[in-house]
Amino acid sequence: MISEVLPDFRYLDSNKEYVMVKSNTLPSGQTRIDNMEICGITKRFPGVLANDHIDFDVKSGEVHALLGENGAGKSTLMKILYGIYHPDEGEIFINQKPVTINSPMDAIKSGIGMIHQHFMLVQTLTVAENVALGLLSSRGLLTDLDRVSKRIIELADIYNLKIDPDAYIWQLSVGQQQRVEIIKALYRGAALLILDEPTAVLTPQEVEELFAIMRQMVKDGYALIFISHKLHEVIEISNRVTVLRNGKRISTHLTSETTKEDLARWMVGHDIEFITSHEKSNVGEVLLKLENVSCNSDNGRHGLSDVSLEIHSGEILGIAGVSGNCQLELAETITGMRKTTGGHIYLGPDEITGLAPGELTERMLSYIPEERMRDGVIRNFSVAENMILREHHKSPYSRSGFLRLKDISAHTDELIEQFQVKTPSQATLAKNLSGGNIQKLVLAREISRNPRAIIAAQPTRGLDIGASEYVRAQLLEQRKAGAAIMLISEDLDEIFALSDRIAVIYEGKIMDVLTCEEATRERVGLLMAGVHPKKKASA
Amino acid sequence: MKSRLSSLLDAFLPVLATLAALLVGAIMLLLLKANPLVAYKALWDGAFGSTNAVAETLVKATPFLLVGLGICISFRANVMNVGGEGQMIIGAIFATWVGLNVKGMPGWVLITLAMLAGVLGGGIWGGIPGILKAYFNVNEILSTIMMNAIAVQLMNYLLRGPMIDPAQAKAASQIPQTARLEEIYRLPRLVPTRLHFGALIAVILAILVYVLLWRTTLGFRIRAVGENPDAAKYGGIKVQRYVVIALLLGGAFAGLAGATQVFGVNYRIITDGSSTGFTGNAGFNGIVAALFGQLHPLLTIPASIFFGGLLVGANTMQRMVQVPSALITALNGLVVIFVVSSEIWRKKRQRRREVVALQINEPPETQAKSKETGA
Repeated sequence: MISEVLPDFRYLDSNKEYVMVKSNTLPSGQTRIDNMEICGITKRFPGVLANDHIDFDVKSGEVHALLGENGAGKSTLMKILYGIYHPDEGEIFINQKPVTINSPMDAIKSGIGMIHQHFMLVQTLTVAENVALGLLSSRGLLTDLDRVSKRIIELADIYNLKIDPDAYIWQLSVGQQQRVEIIKALYRGAALLILDEPTAVLTPQEVEELFAIMRQMVKDGYALIFISHKLHEVIEISNRVTVLRNGKRISTHLTSETTKEDLARWMVGHDIEFITSHEKSNVGEVLLKLENVSCNSDNGRHGLSDVSLEIHSGEILGIAGVSGNCQLELAETITGMRKTTGGHIYLGPDEITGLAPGELTERMLSYIPEERMRDGVIRNFSVAENMILREHHKSPYSRSGFLRLKDISAHTDELIEQFQVKTPSQATLAKNLSGGNIQKLVLAREISRNPRAIIAAQPTRGLDIGASEYVRAQLLEQRKAGAAIMLISEDLDEIFALSDRIAVIYEGKIMDVLTCEEATRERVGLLMAGVHPKKKASA
Repeated sequence: MKSRLSSLLDAFLPVLATLAALLVGAIMLLLLKANPLVAYKALWDGAFGSTNAVAETLVKATPFLLVGLGICISFRANVMNVGGEGQMIIGAIFATWVGLNVKGMPGWVLITLAMLAGVLGGGIWGGIPGILKAYFNVNEILSTIMMNAIAVQLMNYLLRGPMIDPAQAKAASQIPQTARLEEIYRLPRLVPTRLHFGALIAVILAILVYVLLWRTTLGFRIRAVGENPDAAKYGGIKVQRYVVIALLLGGAFAGLAGATQVFGVNYRIITDGSSTGFTGNAGFNGIVAALFGQLHPLLTIPASIFFGGLLVGANTMQRMVQVPSALITALNGLVVIFVVSSEIWRKKRQRRREVVALQINEPPETQAKSKETGA
C-alpha cells in the first residue's frame, strides 16, 4: 500500500552520481525487501507467554514503530526476527516467501540488520576493523581492510554519515558509534533495519540527525522497524505503529491517525495522566550545596571536576546529560559511595564531605541509586529486610543488637500498602519482584524517612509508564514537603517535566545551570554535546 | 506447582547426592569382591548400631559442627575461610596452655577460661586473614591456607620445645606431645561413653548462631555484606569491618573446636607431624558439613552427625569386610564430591530460573499472580 506511493529510488553508480531508477535495488546495491511479514508468532517461556500469536509487518519505504512497555514482548519478537530466539509457532515471510531464521547469520543473509541498544562494537578497534569483524576476507587469509574502508566510505557517502574508517571506536561520540552500527548493517547487506531504542543514548540534536538519516533511508526504499517507548518520537518518525501489551498485539494504526494519549492507553491498558507541568513550590533556603567538588572515575578518564551546585528546599534540580558523563560519579560522591578528591559538600549548614553512607542516613540524605539491583537492594534478601536496609540498627527495628521482627514486619506492611509495592508477601526475595516494584521498594525506603535531600539517579530507567509516573509523582510530593531533590536523568522529557532548574553535565563538568524559562531543548541539547551556545555564536 | 516440585528436589538434593555416592561406592566394593549390602550394614552398625557407636559418632561430629558453625558465618559473608585446621590448632594451643599453666582454680572456671582462650586463639588466627582481606585485598583462600601451614609448624615447634610433656622431655622417645590435663580440668562426660560436654555446647551454639544470623543486626550486616557489598555499603554498613568480623568469628568457632577436642577427647595435644595429628581433618570436614547443611547452622547439626557417622562407621566396615582403608577415604571423597557438585547443580538451576525470569522481564509478578489464583 505504502510502497505503491513510493518515489523512485536512487542508486549510486560508479562515478558516485545518483541515478534514479525504478528498480528494486537500494542505494547500497542491495535488493529491496518489499515487505516482511510475521504471522502468528508465539513464544513461550516457562510460566509466561512472551508472544501470543503476534502479526506484524513492515514494508519497503516505511518506518513501522513497535511500541510497548518492558515485558510487552517487543524485544522477544525482534529477537525472533533476528534469529536469536526460535518461535514456538508462527511464520516469517519475506517478499511473500516463507523464510526460516535460525541464527543472526540467517537474518543477515535474508537482508535483516539490527542496531542494538547497546552497541556491539569493540572499543579498541577501528571502524573498518569493527565492520570487517566476523566476515570472511576477500583475500582469504590476508586482510582486506583497504577494500572494507573503501566500501565504508561509499556507504557513508550515501547518507552523508561522515565516518573515518580508520578512527578508533573509543574516539567516537555515541552518535557516531551508532552510525558505525548502521554502516555495519548496510555493509552486511541489510535492506530491513531493526533499530532497538536507538534514541535512548542520544542528545536531542543527535536524535534529529538520526531521524534525518532514517527519513532518507525510507525514501530510498529501506524498511525500518523502530522500537521505542518515547511516544513523541514514535509520532514524529513512524508511518505506522503497532502496540504490544502482555505479549499480545493490541493495535496497528497509521501514526497519523493516532494520538499520544491513544498510544499510552493501548500500552498501559488504561488512561494515563501525564505529569506535564507542576505548580510552583515554595523554594526555601539552600539545603544541598556542592563547592568545587572533584572526584576520580572508574575508567581512568575524566571524573568530576570543579562541580558547584546549589539545591534549595522544595526544589528539583535536574541534571541533564548524555549517558556516561559522570552522572554516576556525581551521585556517588554526594552520597558517600565514592571519595572526593577536592571540594566541599554541605547539607544544610553542615559539611558532609567524606562522610560514610551510614552517617549520611543519619543526616536524612536519601539516595535512589541508578543501579538498583546492584546498589539499591539485596537480591537474596526479603522485601522486609530490604525495607530496613538503611535503618536496621535503629529503633524500633532493632534494640540492643537484636532485630525486632514484629516492628519490622509492621513497618514493611505499612510501606507496601502506602507505596503500592506488588509482592506476594514481605518474605518474598527482592529478586523475584519486577523492576517497577523494586523501584517502589527503594522509593518507599528512601522517601518514607522524610529526607531533607534526595539524590535520584535515573529513577525511572527501565520502568513502565505507570511505575514511572508513580515515581515522578512521589518526587514531586517530596518537593512539596520541602526536600531538596537532585534528579539525574538521561531522559530529557523527564528533566523538563519535573525540574525547577536544569544543570547540564558534560565530561564531569557542569556546563551551565538554566532556569526553566531559559531552558529550551536546543540550548540544553547543545550543552549536553559540550557546546556553549554563546561561545559558538561569537566564534 | 512446577516450581514447588523443583524446590522440593533442591531440598533433597544432598540426600540424593549421598545415595548416588554410596551407589558408586557399591560398585567399587563389588570390584573388590565385597558385598556392598554387608559392607553398608557394617557401616550403619558402626555408626549408629549401639550406644557406644552413637556416642563415638557424636564425638566425631562435635568438631565438625563447631567448625561448620564458623563456616556458616564466614561463608554467609562471602569469605571463603579454609583455615579451619590452623584455627583449630591455635585454639587448642591457647586452651592447653591455660589448662597446663593456670593453677588453683575450680575445674569449671578453668575449663571456661581455657575454652575462651581457644576462642581467642582461633579468632586471632582467623582475624589476621580477615584484616588482610578487608584492608589489603589479600585473597582469603590463600591466606587462610598459609595460616594453616604456619599453625602446623608452630605446633610442631611448641610440642618439641616449650610445651613438650616434661616426661617425654626426659625420656629418649621425645614424642611430641604436651602433658596430660589434670582430671578436674577435663570436659565432663554426658553418658558413660566418650561423649563429652563439648557436644552439648556445640548444639547450643548452633542455635545461638541461628539467632545471630537471622535475629541480630550483626547477622543482618554479615549476610548483607556477603550477598551484596555494594548495597550493604549503601545501607550504611562498614563492609570491611564485617569481613574481618566474619573471618574472626569463623576462626573463633574453629578455635573452640580445637579446645574441646583437647579438653574432651585427647586431654593433650598430640601430633604425628601432620596437621591431622589431632584435628581429624575437622577443619576441612567442617566446611563440607556446613555446605551439606546449606550454610544453615541448624541443618549443620545433622550434616555433622552424618559425616561423623560416615567416618566412624567406615572403620567398622573396614574391619568387617576387609576392604583397604583407602576405600573409606575414597567413599568419603565421593560423598563430598557428589554433595558439592549437587550444590553447584542447584545453583545452576536457580540461575537458569532467574535467567528465564530476566528474559521475560516481568514474569515473577505474573507467576505470583498465578500462584494467588491457583491457591
